[in-house]
Amino acid sequence: MIELENVAYSYGGGELLSDISLKLAPGSFHFLTGPSGSGKTTLMKLCYGALLPTAGHVRLFERDVRTLTRDDVALLRRRVGVVHQDCQFLDHLPVAENIALPLHVSGRSAEAQGEDLSDLMHWVGLTERATATPPELSGGERQRAALARAVIMSPDVVLADEPTGNVDWDMSQRLLRLLIELNRMGKTVLVATHDLSLIRATKSHVQARVLRIANRRIQLAGADL
Amino acid sequence: MQFIFKRLMHSDAQADRVVPPSGFTAQLTLFAAGSMAFLAVFALALSLAAGRLATQWGEELARSATIRIAAPDEQQQAQTNAALRILETTKGVAQARALSDEEQAALLAPWFGSELQLDALPVPRLIEVIETSDGMDAAGLRLRLAAEVPGAVLDDHSRWRGPLVQAASRLRLLGWASIILIAAVTAAMVTLAANAALAANAQVIAVLRLVGATDDYIAHAFIRRFTLRALIGAAAGMVLGMIAVLFMPRGGDETASFLTGLGFQGVHWLVPLLIPPLAAAVAFAATRLAARRTLEGLS
Repeated sequence: MIELENVAYSYGGGELLSDISLKLAPGSFHFLTGPSGSGKTTLMKLCYGALLPTAGHVRLFERDVRTLTRDDVALLRRRVGVVHQDCQFLDHLPVAENIALPLHVSGRSAEAQGEDLSDLMHWVGLTERATATPPELSGGERQRAALARAVIMSPDVVLADEPTGNVDWDMSQRLLRLLIELNRMGKTVLVATHDLSLIRATKSHVQARVLRIANRRIQLAGADL
Repeated sequence: MQFIFKRLMHSDAQADRVVPPSGFTAQLTLFAAGSMAFLAVFALALSLAAGRLATQWGEELARSATIRIAAPDEQQQAQTNAALRILETTKGVAQARALSDEEQAALLAPWFGSELQLDALPVPRLIEVIETSDGMDAAGLRLRLAAEVPGAVLDDHSRWRGPLVQAASRLRLLGWASIILIAAVTAAMVTLAANAALAANAQVIAVLRLVGATDDYIAHAFIRRFTLRALIGAAAGMVLGMIAVLFMPRGGDETASFLTGLGFQGVHWLVPLLIPPLAAAVAFAATRLAARRTLEGLS
């Protein structure tokens, strides 16, 4: 699905990530952890083509990102659902339309009226907030709306960057359960978080591997978590 | 043109909704497009009227000339007849006719009053020459007249016709240049407005990119908006401009007064109808370029 081979990334000055090799197999569940500023978000962005590696190769769905055109990247993002820590929406449109936005932009507007959308809204518990605009939502509601938007296209991969960043413990548990459910439906999931207790709480429910970024490199964390 | 229209009609209403509505800037674009169209109508009227005058003057004046016979009284009739004979055999002369005393008196009346006794003055005889459309060889005619009719002076009007026709042609050129400038200013204005809109909607664009919208889709939301604004604004400006031209005071002989001839004639009334679609095309191209440039700078 997503393959990184000796990837390095540097912002202007020093190298942030170096010699990263990583392979996300279909149906796998990975956590990505590390101190803040260690490059978790950068690694996520490399995984959905928002950044190009400064060295090495990133292959998304068997294609090198360097060979992708801008339209290829757009099409690729229909197969990769992304949830950001600070999820952004179209603030002038109601939540339901925001969640259905990926359908609209890919020319599948007809499906936006269907039952799938209301099922999805129900699944993330936002049925009653469907007509609210994003600025009216609480942090947890925004995260759930972002998750719903990320999965409405039924993507092969879900990338979640600190999805539990601004929500309380109960809500982060709920979000994690949604991600685990997605994984059980066969989606590849990668969750970046600095919250180790969240990882511990999840490990009992799902066969998850934990990747840790330390000293610009990535390691497979052991049982010490 | 058709391509643009098809593209505009193709995009669905949802694509339009992804960009938040913008009240004030939208009205500014409408206003600017309207003003430009209004000015374009006038520039067009000016160009077309000037062009009409240049052609008309050029044709009318080129095809008429005057021969003045200034000779002692007893020779005048003989010389006039001689000149008329020469003109009969001159190539390019359709018609030549000596003016009667009454006609000459009428010509002089504005200057000397109708009381004037023409007989009392040594008034030269005028011969009006109408040329064929091919024109005549004025220099050759002058030589022949000089040889056979010593008192004859040929005036083919070219001396004062030239600058007039030139001025009218130049005016027409300036009119067209103004129209091109108006189009360029419209493009610049739409580009500025589109850039402002793209900058103000950076978050919208980022969200759309994230959920898999192609550049085309994103650009189109902006293009459609600005093209429609330019079209509507220009249509309103054009209608107002045409009403203003319609109510321009007119009258008198068009060749006599340039000002009363300013306006459209016949099928030329249809030409301003091209302004709104052209404004839309300019807005389409300008927004497309601005959107492409902005989007290519984003991840």
